[in-house]
Amino acid sequence: MSKTVFPPSIKSRPVYGELEARAGSGHLMIADAEGAEAILDLAKSADAAFWAKAHIIYIPKGTGTKYSSQLEELGAGQYYAGPSYEAAQSRIRRALLDCHMGTQVYLTGTESLMGQAMAEATAAGIPHTAIQTEHRGSTARRMQCVHCKGITEDVTTDPFECSHCGLSLFVRDHYSRRLAAFQGVRVDAEDPGNIPEKVELFK
Amino acid sequence: MTIQFNDETFHGDFTFKNSDWAIKRFPFPFHEDSYMYSVNMEPHKSYRPGSVFEKTFDVDEHYVAEMKDRARVLADDPLRCQSLPHMTLAGWDLVELIMEAKAAEYPDLFELHKDGNRWRWINKPLGIDDTFTFLDESTLPYGPMEYITRQTQGDFAVLDQRDDNLWMDAGMVTTQADWSLDFDIGMNFFEWHAPVPKAHEMGIFVRALKFLLNIQQGQPARRLNWTMTVNPLLDTSPENYHKWGTMKQGLTMENIGEKQHLRVELQTFFRLPRSNALVFPIRCYLIRFEDLVTVPKWGRRLHRVIRDLPEELATYKGFIDNRPLMVEWLSQYDDGSPTSDGIWPDD
Ligand code: HEM
Repeated sequence: MSKTVFPPSIKSRPVYGELEARAGSGHLMIADAEGAEAILDLAKSADAAFWAKAHIIYIPKGTGTKYSSQLEELGAGQYYAGPSYEAAQSRIRRALLDCHMGTQVYLTGTESLMGQAMAEATAAGIPHTAIQTEHRGSTARRMQCVHCKGITEDVTTDPFECSHCGLSLFVRDHYSRRLAAFQGVRVDAEDPGNIPEKVELFK
Repeated sequence: MTIQFNDETFHGDFTFKNSDWAIKRFPFPFHEDSYMYSVNMEPHKSYRPGSVFEKTFDVDEHYVAEMKDRARVLADDPLRCQSLPHMTLAGWDLVELIMEAKAAEYPDLFELHKDGNRWRWINKPLGIDDTFTFLDESTLPYGPMEYITRQTQGDFAVLDQRDDNLWMDAGMVTTQADWSLDFDIGMNFFEWHAPVPKAHEMGIFVRALKFLLNIQQGQPARRLNWTMTVNPLLDTSPENYHKWGTMKQGLTMENIGEKQHLRVELQTFFRLPRSNALVFPIRCYLIRFEDLVTVPKWGRRLHRVIRDLPEELATYKGFIDNRPLMVEWLSQYDDGSPTSDGIWPDD
């Protein structure tokens, strides 16, 4: 699957790059779903010494076992596959705490995973220059409802229903790195009940 | 003059009202018959006695009622006031700036007595008489920024300056034109301005940021911004948009003069001494259309500005649907005669 090309957007929206194996005292890789492909691509230019210092944290989501055995065979010093981001979160925090000066952090997969792991990495004091990102797979969005503050994951349509308060929200491009989420605002606020038909904008 | 504070509301029954004094000193934001974004900044110097530009922090007849409205909004949603941990010192800088300015410029309303770090602050309109230790948080009932901004009209964004950018790392935001502090906190200058149309492409934000990064202590700056609000609602937040959005419906030629308000923000910029942060007070003034057109020049000019405003701006400001009605109503007050330069009424 090819890398994602996003349409031009507003300045709060993050932009992502392409992962490359960099020299470092350690390599922390956090990926979900098709993000595995970016790691496998990077593996073409990384040797055994690189993998010996690597820690892969992988959340397969809907991809099941499609990539996990290939990732495991890379020979990373530590390899973990977890059922969800929430389940992996304490391990991610711990791994970030254990990072030494010069550890490289690689984030890849959905925006939700990269955004949340980026916020954790920044909070842990990892410098921006040591963090790389690459988008792969679903463009579904992690949305915050501006009214009830609840987060809805994997939003693919505009409008969508807030999974917490149930309001129909339109999907903005305005993005908060702190929340790792886009903003959702009630679509029928001025004319209650007048909810436009859902359009599938993200896959 | 001594100020008579109004007993009025900015929600529910909306009893807010401007006196003739408040109408005459309203900060009308248009110096010509058209409007487009620009880097419209000038020194925040005392200007025109009696005007909103005279004092460092203008206090007017709405002071007490606005502070009650702020307390109400905060009780409902405490996330309207947030300060990241490294911003506490900037909060103290703000306490000092506001207390010193108000005590010096409104001695009949505010008093500040200092005995070393022991400060006594008297706020007569709000009935406050507190003694505390400057820079010791445990001696105030709230964090320093929250304490003083519960007693000062206008929203406040406190910006940390680093990496040649400004970061919105603290704020008190209960009278905003539809943006969320809780969402924007931690963003930089370009990120929180991301939703604004046209201005990025025009290079306005790059130039404005450069200006702001160079603001020196003791040399504050100011600018005006404006939008439209139906009913005198201070809290036009996105958080509560699902509650106030419907108010935009139901305007008619009969009620628009009373319900439609021009909303003007007097925005000022101050460098803070200890933290090197920048504080950005955003003071909101509201005026109903029927009061505004009592100044003939303002009525004529507002008609022309709203009629000719680029569509993107009317959409962003949220009044595109009501614009035709506004223009029709305002046209009654535009006889086509020329208007003089500048924002002030012709005497
Ligand atoms: C550092 C202090 C400043 C802060 C905290 C600030 C904050 C904001 C915020 C939160 C918005 C709303 C954005 C949204 O739609 O979510 C906004 C809008 C805007 N800002 Fe600023 N701003 C600052 C300084 C400036 C300066 C110096 C300019 C100079 C040109 C400027 C120009 C604008 C414009 C043109 C808009 C659109 C307003 C409208 O059309 O109603 N801002 N600002």
